[in-house]
Amino acid sequence: MGVELLAGRILAPFFGSSVHIWGSIITVFMLSLSLGYLLGGKLSTHSASLSHYGIIFILASITLLPIATLSQQVMEVIFVAIEDSRYGSLVASMSLFFIPTVILGMLSPYSVRLLVKESKQSGQVAGKLYFISTLGSALGTIITSFYLVLWFDINLIIYSFCLLLACLGLFAIIWVKSQQLSNTAGSHA
Amino acid sequence: MLKRPAYLFLYIISIFCAAISAAQAKVIHQEKSLYRNILVEDEGDLRCLKFNVKSTKSQQSCLYKSQPKKLVFNYTKLLMSGLLLNAEPERILIIGLGGGTMSNTLAQLLPNSQIDNIEIDDAVINVARRYFGFHENERVKTYNQDGRIFIKRALLKKQQYDWIILDAFNGDYIPEHLLTQEFLQEAKRLLSTNGILTANTFSLSELYAHESATYKAVFGDFYQVKNLVNSNRVILVSRHGFTENAIQKQNLKQLDAKLQVYNVDINSLYRNMYLTQDHQDWPDNTRVLTDQFSPANLLNVN
Repeated sequence: MGVELLAGRILAPFFGSSVHIWGSIITVFMLSLSLGYLLGGKLSTHSASLSHYGIIFILASITLLPIATLSQQVMEVIFVAIEDSRYGSLVASMSLFFIPTVILGMLSPYSVRLLVKESKQSGQVAGKLYFISTLGSALGTIITSFYLVLWFDINLIIYSFCLLLACLGLFAIIWVKSQQLSNTAGSHA
Repeated sequence: MLKRPAYLFLYIISIFCAAISAAQAKVIHQEKSLYRNILVEDEGDLRCLKFNVKSTKSQQSCLYKSQPKKLVFNYTKLLMSGLLLNAEPERILIIGLGGGTMSNTLAQLLPNSQIDNIEIDDAVINVARRYFGFHENERVKTYNQDGRIFIKRALLKKQQYDWIILDAFNGDYIPEHLLTQEFLQEAKRLLSTNGILTANTFSLSELYAHESATYKAVFGDFYQVKNLVNSNRVILVSRHGFTENAIQKQNLKQLDAKLQVYNVDINSLYRNMYLTQDHQDWPDNTRVLTDQFSPANLLNVN
């Protein structure tokens, strides 16, 4: 949600701040989240593990980066190519936000897969996950729109999001590795 | 001493009076556009375009029905100071139409000029045409577009303007992408060699300093003119910056004669115009607004 809010700011210099900008952004985010859920669910059926989960975080972080680094060039090309700012903004938000949002969407079903131990608990686990992710979205929205934009450059905020995701991913992977190490150490003893 | 029923009586009378005076402002048109509430109100001879019912700063454009030439608002008058820096602009770009007052006035004053009006809200254009006598012809055109997009496209088409007027900032919501350094650089590139840009800006909030710093970063020192209560400020900049004697004093007399019909006192504007080089009234370390950092709506809190 933090990224979604910034998206409006990122697109405005090229495509204005009309209502259709938000139409484009929300459409792209919803579309990519829905695909992300589907793909994440599918992926979780093949040898789901915490380290794969960490890799998804890192991928999300990497695919978010071009929003800060390449957006000007990308939007310039689209601005020149497409006269109608409705379709211009749609194509621009598609090319900037589609891939990272698909990947971020994959995290939710994957989390369910990792956390559910018995089918009896699945509803409760899913409920808790929805709770946390939606609450996180709410927090991301209010903090970004009320404070972050008042203090920092947009790119700095994007980089921070990337860094946070990458750290979480690395943490998951390192966690898995250290568990494996202590397990093998334990079995040798 | 008044007794209780007497108080009650006075109370009722006062409510009655209030009701009558409220009724005097008659809403003659009301609509919800994509961007805002639009209201056209008649109060005696005065007709006003309003964007929000409750806010007192919501009046966008007003005219005297009996004397449509007479400018009502201070900031529209302040914008006329541009004529002291460039007396004969031929291509004029107005961003933010309102009631179309500025366009009408300039079309009459400068009959040879070509005027392009940019307005994001289609409904405002229609209201200007219907209720404010906004006049269009082959020299006066209107484009329903975002100001920044228009300027970017105009640059691609290699167009140039002698006078750009920025007046898109009167509502309750500020288009943040029209305040940034990058935007001003684009507008600057659109100016002809002698081209000037005048902007009606915010003067009562924290935004004052940020806007000043941003204009200075792009154009160098600039002229500004304020009205007496300081509630409006107009910034005047040129493509190549200003030398000491940029004001064309020799035109004062002629302009004065021309502008009196419009209720504009050009002599007083001249006296109140000053270069920021001489007195800068914002801190040097003020952060410049950029596409990366432009929380204009958050800063515009009195």
